[in-house]
Amino acid sequence: MDRIVIIGAGESGTRAAFALRESGFTGSVTLVGTEPHLPYERPPLSKPVNGAVQMKPICGAEALKAAGIDYLQGVSALNVDPHARSVALSAGGTLTYDKLLLSTGARPRRLTCPGSERALDFRTLGDAETIFSRAAAGQNVAIIGGGLIGMELAAVLRGKGIDVGIIEMAPKPLGRAVPARFAARFHARHQAEGVGFHLGQGIAEITDDAVVLADGGKVPADIVVAAIGVQPDTALAEAAGIAVGNGILTDGHLRTSDPNIYASGDCAAVAQPGGGHVRFESWRNARAQAEAAARNMAGGKEIFAAIPWFWTDQYDLGLQVAGLPHPDHQSVIRQLEGGELEFYLDGGCLVAAAGLGVGNGLAKEIKLAEMLIAAGISPDPAVLADPGVNLKSLLKSARAA
Amino acid sequence: MSNVITWVPACKLDDIEQEGAIRFDHGGRTYAIYRGPDDSVYCTAGLCTHEAIHLADGLVMDYEVECPKHSGAFDYRTGEAIRLPACENLKTYPAEIVDGEVRVALG
Repeated sequence: MDRIVIIGAGESGTRAAFALRESGFTGSVTLVGTEPHLPYERPPLSKPVNGAVQMKPICGAEALKAAGIDYLQGVSALNVDPHARSVALSAGGTLTYDKLLLSTGARPRRLTCPGSERALDFRTLGDAETIFSRAAAGQNVAIIGGGLIGMELAAVLRGKGIDVGIIEMAPKPLGRAVPARFAARFHARHQAEGVGFHLGQGIAEITDDAVVLADGGKVPADIVVAAIGVQPDTALAEAAGIAVGNGILTDGHLRTSDPNIYASGDCAAVAQPGGGHVRFESWRNARAQAEAAARNMAGGKEIFAAIPWFWTDQYDLGLQVAGLPHPDHQSVIRQLEGGELEFYLDGGCLVAAAGLGVGNGLAKEIKLAEMLIAAGISPDPAVLADPGVNLKSLLKSARAA
Repeated sequence: MSNVITWVPACKLDDIEQEGAIRFDHGGRTYAIYRGPDDSVYCTAGLCTHEAIHLADGLVMDYEVECPKHSGAFDYRTGEAIRLPACENLKTYPAEIVDGEVRVALG
């Protein structure tokens, strides 16, 4: 086994390439990326510095070279032939592989209403440059979709003195991604910052100066951004006859229905111990799956079992969530000087935690909560609620037990 | 130029939790000061070398501090980057306790 090809040079594919070397793999590693740049981090795209979008490379060209990674920049994979174990490239020619990793990511969902071509996406460096070069103080921006991306973008645009309206189909923003308690806090903060909300509203049409709502109302818009979620990029896998659902389906080892092909990151839907497949769209997940897939492609037998974790920053507020909170869980609140923590218990067992504070003020508490979740403890809710009980000492006693 | 170390008073030892850190700003720069599990004190540059995130908001366990954003980690005694995505070491500065007061040499 001496050739590994990785399709997709985002956070996951790039991390996997390096992780293969860290695992001791000495064969050839080829990283195929469609975008005409070095691999770059996406989280900074929504945080322009002095008006300029930051292009933060994940690694430099020297680092790729030093690790012996052959990076094909601006090249797309046209198709995968699992029998010949080959990948046809847009630049011409084919690559043959012994193991293949699909880190094809996800692409923005598109609107289908009349005028939808006027809406900008917000996913790539090019998208960010387009939005921030056009958005100026005094203008109106309409953001369609009140999820994490739409809300983060709204916060940044308000900071630049731009009028922002958010249009959301659901009755509340952030309903899908964020526990209700904290979604309400973000909603209130955005309202206080002057963001206009149009909730429970479909879109009839996008014109050159407005978004027309299903009820006939008009939201003025010099710029329209569609942030209605992403869909996993499964086209290559599907055409190659690999099993797909809401993502490229993998087993716990991140292996697809083809034993030589693995998947990681936003495109991968991973089998869960309790049944079903789950797909996560987060920076940490992209990296953690990349590392596990790389170790397994290099001969390992690891089951991917990381606790999901993500953050979102809006204005000066930072939220971090570890695990998968569910409305059916027992909720325990801990009030702290710097913010609020919510723990989620399922049958008494700690399964998730979320914390909202200023900046990264509660990050260390969430990290400790994540370790408590991993320890599988069933804590006394009164102890969790008591800010006088240090989570670190709780962890130490859990580990000593 | 002088080889004489200039000590800057930073805080009281009791201002820092055991196995904890605080942010310390001085002379237009930001630092992190740590109190180890054995009550010894250490000082490093305040921002993670991966992205400009204040490390004092991160979790301190034993002699490690973890970036609150991306989970890169450092040995704060030596500044060594010990977990990705951090790969560049942190600058360290001498720190000591005198009569319950922490002082650091930032020269």
